[in-house]
Amino acid sequence: MPEFAELLSALMPYQWQPMVTLVCGAALLLYLSGLARGAAPGFWRNFAFFLGLGLMYGVTQTQFDYFSQYVFFIHRIQHLVLHHVAAMMLVLANPLPVLARGTPQPLRDNLLAPLWRSAPVRTGYAVLQQPAVAAFLFAGLVYFWLIPSIHFDAMLSGWLYSVMNWSMALDGLLFWWLVLNPHAPGSGRHCLGYGMRCILLAAVAFPQIILGAYIFFYGTGIYEFYEVCGSPWPIDTDTDRVLGGLITWIPPAMMSVVGLLVVLSQMFRQEKREAERLGQGAPATGSTA
Amino acid sequence: MSFAERRMPRWIVTLVLLSGLAVAGCGGGQDWQTKDISQLMPELQFTLTDEHGEEVTADAYEGRAVLMFFGFTHCPDVCPATMARIAGWLGQLPEADRERIRVLFVSVDPDRDDPERLRSYTAHFHEAITGLTGTQEQLRRLSKRYRVTYGYGDKDGSGDYDVSHSAGIYGFAADGEARVLIRQSDDREAVLDDLRRLAGTAG
Repeated sequence: MPEFAELLSALMPYQWQPMVTLVCGAALLLYLSGLARGAAPGFWRNFAFFLGLGLMYGVTQTQFDYFSQYVFFIHRIQHLVLHHVAAMMLVLANPLPVLARGTPQPLRDNLLAPLWRSAPVRTGYAVLQQPAVAAFLFAGLVYFWLIPSIHFDAMLSGWLYSVMNWSMALDGLLFWWLVLNPHAPGSGRHCLGYGMRCILLAAVAFPQIILGAYIFFYGTGIYEFYEVCGSPWPIDTDTDRVLGGLITWIPPAMMSVVGLLVVLSQMFRQEKREAERLGQGAPATGSTA
Repeated sequence: MSFAERRMPRWIVTLVLLSGLAVAGCGGGQDWQTKDISQLMPELQFTLTDEHGEEVTADAYEGRAVLMFFGFTHCPDVCPATMARIAGWLGQLPEADRERIRVLFVSVDPDRDDPERLRSYTAHFHEAITGLTGTQEQLRRLSKRYRVTYGYGDKDGSGDYDVSHSAGIYGFAADGEARVLIRQSDDREAVLDDLRRLAGTAG
């Protein structure tokens, strides 16, 4: 069974990161246990959760990661998945209620709830979810890791590489959670109005478009690492840069558009609910007038 | 918003401190002229076969500064150019420094590069250069350790194929610690400066 062996080795991590396995494994277990305990989020939310989690794990803990480490445009795909696609999937799945139900009661009462209520966590979360901070971080991290000298170090160093990918994934989750929060505005803390959500989506799209175009049009030699590190197959570094620029430029902007569509549909649904509520209330108001 | 008024400054202070630490941490403290990799890369470690067909480990070079780079003897451009550059640098160094430095040319094309071929290839350039190669497993382990890779192109009519490999030269101090990465863009004076310092780490 050489094909099976090949497939298996493709699915093995290039550089095993126990923390990723632990966090993804725990999320999967808690989610499954939540489902077993009666949570019923429906097909699409389950689908989005498993797809999002699988993508996050897949781009960091399979041979995909090998190619991400040495080919610029595949590295950009890895970040597109971590920062945009998988993070958005996980947020759209709205998995927190399922995960909470799957978490053992003692763990919830004695560790997670106090941790969540503690001042540093609350303050940290509040700061990170300030719209201006969140937008700055979201676009800023893309820029930060693409500053040529920092990119060089991050690709050269095992631990910095890992910090980079964690920061992209976590910030992706935070940003999309802020912008695509399934709860209606006004229903809780840090629940942004629909207008602000749209502004943020547009605000992060433009800097990424500019950066992507800059890389795309830049001459030879912006990211020296790929000239130093060798490549899994003979690929011209300029071709690699052009493809990487395109991937930094177009798909993230499209993700903002997808985000806008989601916000619009949330808004229409909310308006419909409001209208229904008002419709039921109208006769009562009419009779008292 | 009271938390913002009271806590924001502390957050800002923390952030500034953290970024200051990060910058200090990345900077290293020593001023190498080429790319400083002291904080980024692990110490020299490998098991390979030398140009006499003998198994060799990094221990064999303990007490010497080591330059290591990857290539293959059929390489049309990058490797001969790198070899010639290194030979040129060595020629510029005083005898005492030169003797403290060993240059390891690691061939990632073991199918074509047997010890004999490696021996005659490196002898062309400089006596301080030693050719090494190994099994695919050994070579993969070593290249992964230094976060580089290599790959093979398709064979042409005469069975010739291209090998994509890294173009950087790693510099290790005499104690095996990784110190610098010399890129093609680094200029001669900067390199010579660092080579003298690397040689200085060998007693």
